[in-house]
Amino acid sequence: MPGKRIGKQTVKLQNPPSIISGAAIVGKKEGEGPLRTYFDNIIEDEKWGEKTWEKTESKLIRETLALILSKAGKSAGDINYIIAGDLLNQCIAANFGLRESGVPFLGVYGACSTMAESMSIGSILIDGGFADNLVCLTSSHFCSAEKQFRFPLELGSQRPPSAQWTVTGAGGVLLSNQGAGPYITHVTTGKIIDMGIKDANNMGGAMAPAAADTIMVHFKDTGLSPDSYDLIVTGDLGSIGREICDELLKIEGININDRFNDCGLMIFDTKKQDVNAGGSGCGCSACVFSGFIFQEMQKGSLNEVLFVATGALLSPISTQQGESIPCIAHAVSISRSL
Amino acid sequence: MNKNYTKKEYQVYVESKTPKSKHVRNIARAFLIGGLICVLGQFISNFLKNKGLDTENASNLTSLILVFLGALFTGLNVYDELGRYAGAGSIVPITGFANSIVSPAMEFKSEGYVLGVGAKMFLIAGPVLVYGISASVAAGILYYLLKF
Repeated sequence: MPGKRIGKQTVKLQNPPSIISGAAIVGKKEGEGPLRTYFDNIIEDEKWGEKTWEKTESKLIRETLALILSKAGKSAGDINYIIAGDLLNQCIAANFGLRESGVPFLGVYGACSTMAESMSIGSILIDGGFADNLVCLTSSHFCSAEKQFRFPLELGSQRPPSAQWTVTGAGGVLLSNQGAGPYITHVTTGKIIDMGIKDANNMGGAMAPAAADTIMVHFKDTGLSPDSYDLIVTGDLGSIGREICDELLKIEGININDRFNDCGLMIFDTKKQDVNAGGSGCGCSACVFSGFIFQEMQKGSLNEVLFVATGALLSPISTQQGESIPCIAHAVSISRSL
Repeated sequence: MNKNYTKKEYQVYVESKTPKSKHVRNIARAFLIGGLICVLGQFISNFLKNKGLDTENASNLTSLILVFLGALFTGLNVYDELGRYAGAGSIVPITGFANSIVSPAMEFKSEGYVLGVGAKMFLIAGPVLVYGISASVAAGILYYLLKF
């Protein structure tokens, strides 16, 4: 195997792409959360002037793309690929939101891990010389996700404490072969892991083994250790999944607790905002990364970050048929300097 | 990663890590709100009887009014908030039944009046109707047979 591949699941990028701009547009609730100052726009209501939630989600993607491009001083013509996805069936938020973009498009689905998946593919494309500039972008919308995966919004039902709250928002970054960082240095692609959890209201518990596995493999493949990072941030395990992931890694002799956070716990104030175990959705890790993490890396308060977005690869049909939940986690290693 | 836990062990472990619903609190709230809805129904029923309706007509009209109120407060985006607080307390009374029909009707209006509202209206109430009616038919047949 040629030099770029190190270990079983990891690629070390020889020409690390630079993240040159990032943008995030979020919903009202996210705009009331602890990261509100990091978002470019907070939409005033769940429809944002559109007739349906699905259209709103497409608009989130479309407007986020426009922001990413304008912040980087680029036009759509400069972009070789858009790699995007969302939670809706057949990824209609991305497909419809980007249909007028005129840019070669790769649609991806990795549930809530989609942001790391698109950044992984994007980095490899740039490293291989197949693209100069590309955009990685994902979205989710609380209402459209509830409609597809759970119950009608106005139904008077209770959510169990382990349930997570789908983030309304779209976030994305522009990767380029030119630029002054932060750089994507390693990509560790996760494998599908299913530990037999069937409760679709406990995604954190289902996804934790996938996150722990990818983090462990990343260290093994790269020879890096938790000390190599200022922040190891998982996609959206929520409070239960984060604790389980931490304990699973401790059993393996890997202690990341002092630098371990989770996007689902960062985007909301879980004590005050009635989101039970935390946030989730493709937009959650995308907005936390493109807003908070990217800006903090630019400022220099974060230098080395391991971004591990996690996804529960279930569907409403698989849940109704009593299947357990296959899960995945993809890791992207980002460094402020080379 | 998976060598430390078998699937079964992991499920037990996750269960132990997952906080339980606060049953005592939920039951108390359900009792309170469910009870209040029933008191409201009784109040309406008494009022109608005072106006001269007989018991059967008064209870039919009471159900109608409660269904209307359930539908109205679903449309006003209030019933889901009530449900989040009260749980079964607002699901079990007839107002909850109205909520279970109106909420999908609102949700799926964007897919049109036939394949959206029409087809999805009974998404949640449908199973209740199917098995409720089936059970009543079964009980009727049993009653008929036992009478002989």
